[in-house]
Amino acid sequence: MRDALFYILAFLTLVFGFLVVANPFSRNPVTSAMFLVLTLGSLAGLFVLLHAFFLAAVQVLVYAGAVMVLFLFVIMLLDLRAEERRKIKVAGAVAALISVGTIVALFLQILSGASLGARSAPTLEGATLPLGQLLFKQYLLPFEIVSVLLLVAMVGVVLLSKKDLK
Amino acid sequence: MNVGLEHYLVVSMLLFALGLMGVIVRRNLLVIYMGLELMLNAANLALVAFSRFNNTLDGQVFVFFIITVAAAEVSVGLALIVALYRKHQTAHVEDLTTMKL
Repeated sequence: MRDALFYILAFLTLVFGFLVVANPFSRNPVTSAMFLVLTLGSLAGLFVLLHAFFLAAVQVLVYAGAVMVLFLFVIMLLDLRAEERRKIKVAGAVAALISVGTIVALFLQILSGASLGARSAPTLEGATLPLGQLLFKQYLLPFEIVSVLLLVAMVGVVLLSKKDLK
Repeated sequence: MNVGLEHYLVVSMLLFALGLMGVIVRRNLLVIYMGLELMLNAANLALVAFSRFNNTLDGQVFVFFIITVAAAEVSVGLALIVALYRKHQTAHVEDLTTMKL
């Protein structure tokens, strides 16, 4: 049952991911954004299968919610209708095939030769309580630094979106 | 056959390859950004899988930080794209030739 779920979710993730970058029917950024939402949703499903419940919730809330709303907002703000009729260049496609093929070959080479850590039966539960305890004890300093980063990003965005920079 | 760490890593690898392909092939800045998001999420999946199969929570904390940083990155990047669009009326990388000699 769990294995079947994994295969279904993995298949959905990859198909939706493919439709984000190379949709044969539509070159519209809105379509890509919608399929990105579906990709992130099925990734959240994979996180649940990996017992990372808190991260699955965060994935849906932050990524599929906030980030994608931001994306759609910007797409609607810009007038992108002219983009649809452009063709993909052959040189770009060849470069993509070569680089992607190299990376995939590299990954497979590493994966086939590597010993993948401890092989005991997984018992880990990524619930909110243990994650929060780890976050607020061992990782307190990075947590605070991330809050500063968010503040910096906010100030930067406000500054960037001002009409006339002085 | 039991689903193990390798299966998740292969899915993560394929998702990363898809994102990279999108970044290279597509010419729309927003879709390139979506490709970047795909690559970040592929890394997240690999980290969560490693965390689960090695019985340590640290990988999940790392993913938490990645999601936070990605949110900040998206907001700044999209603000940059909007500022660029205001100046050049395009979000298409081939039209941005200001630095070309």
